[in-house]
Amino acid sequence: MKDIIKNARKDALTLVTFAAVFTLLMAFVYQITKAPIEKSEAEARMALFAQIIPPDMHDNDVLKDTVTIAPNPLLGNKQPTVANRARIKDQPQAIILEAIAPDGYSGDIKLLIAIKYDGTVSGVRVLTHKETPGLGDYIDIAKGNWIKLFDGESLTKTNEVEWKVKKDGGKFDYMAGATITPRAVVKAVHKALQYFEANKAQLFA
Amino acid sequence: MSQYKEIALNGLWKQNTGVVQLLGLCPTLAVTTSAVNGMSLGIATAVVMACANGAVSPVRKLVPDEIRVPVFILVIAALVTIIDLTIHGFAEPLHKVLGIFIPLIVVNCIVLARVESFAAKNDPLPSMFDGLMMGLGLTAVLTILGGMREVVGKGTLFSGLDLALGPQFKQYVITVIPDYHGFLLAVLPPGAFLGLACLVAYRNWAEMRNTQPQANLSLQPDH
Repeated sequence: MKDIIKNARKDALTLVTFAAVFTLLMAFVYQITKAPIEKSEAEARMALFAQIIPPDMHDNDVLKDTVTIAPNPLLGNKQPTVANRARIKDQPQAIILEAIAPDGYSGDIKLLIAIKYDGTVSGVRVLTHKETPGLGDYIDIAKGNWIKLFDGESLTKTNEVEWKVKKDGGKFDYMAGATITPRAVVKAVHKALQYFEANKAQLFA
Repeated sequence: MSQYKEIALNGLWKQNTGVVQLLGLCPTLAVTTSAVNGMSLGIATAVVMACANGAVSPVRKLVPDEIRVPVFILVIAALVTIIDLTIHGFAEPLHKVLGIFIPLIVVNCIVLARVESFAAKNDPLPSMFDGLMMGLGLTAVLTILGGMREVVGKGTLFSGLDLALGPQFKQYVITVIPDYHGFLLAVLPPGAFLGLACLVAYRNWAEMRNTQPQANLSLQPDH
């Protein structure tokens, strides 16, 4: 009996020692990589922003000028999201909204939509998607230029009924074999513009 | 020195984790959509294996038999976390590509298998070498499989090299078949199974062709 307790104690001590040593090691690495990770994440985000808002459209730190947006059916977000604002000399220029198209071919398509203050689209990029590789993934800038169709679009330039893919009687091109994906994206961008029109004042407050 | 030669031969060919032991199939099948993805994950795994073997071997006599598995897993998980953080901090684009598969190295049973069957019984230096060789054997399989799927599926080779190493490497991306429309099956999961089956078949064929009947007393994993 004594032996069992002695053994158990020894085993427990060994395990605790190992856990402590390796936890310390991980904490140490976490500390030294924390700053580089934050920096590279910010850089990656800024590089993405730079694709959809030209550098001459802001003189503020877009990463820090944010507004939190509560869940809204027009944006499709179920959690509060953070939107970034671009300004020149404190005059609002554009906002970068995150929107979710819930009706992709396989799951949510997460979009980043930059809208200028006058209501035209500055640029759209797909953040994440699970569309079929080789078929529906042309919405991704890495696979094609389709997503650039939205540049310069607005609710006034293109009227309500034309905010659809060509197959549904709208004006947006699509590739044969994958209609569901672009349909979802067009709808999400359209709704994001409507959201922007309705909430413009609060967004830049 | 012959011990090292045998370890290398085991890792790269005789006991190759990818096509002989068939351990760690989850990343093998999921990540190998391109040669660069396969190679990156393979190298990350090789580093983890070398470190894990190297970390366990010196303390193998201090770890009682009953709790060796939790201790080994602890060591592996800590090492993987460290590598994950390092890649995230210093190679952000690569981290984006490999995503969840780096943390998943922890559950790749090949890492635990080598710690358990080699590092727990051998000296540190051979153990590290074994981990490295086993890892490189896996890297070779992942790279070849990724390359096959990429060429057949997309008509390119080494696409994404610029993501892993930097934009100046974009010139090394090879377009094997110009104006290729792609063969989706190769890129989707079934392509991984078919490609792996071809590799296993080739390896068996090559082995059968040049094996004289000699007993295989090499380091079999015990499970």
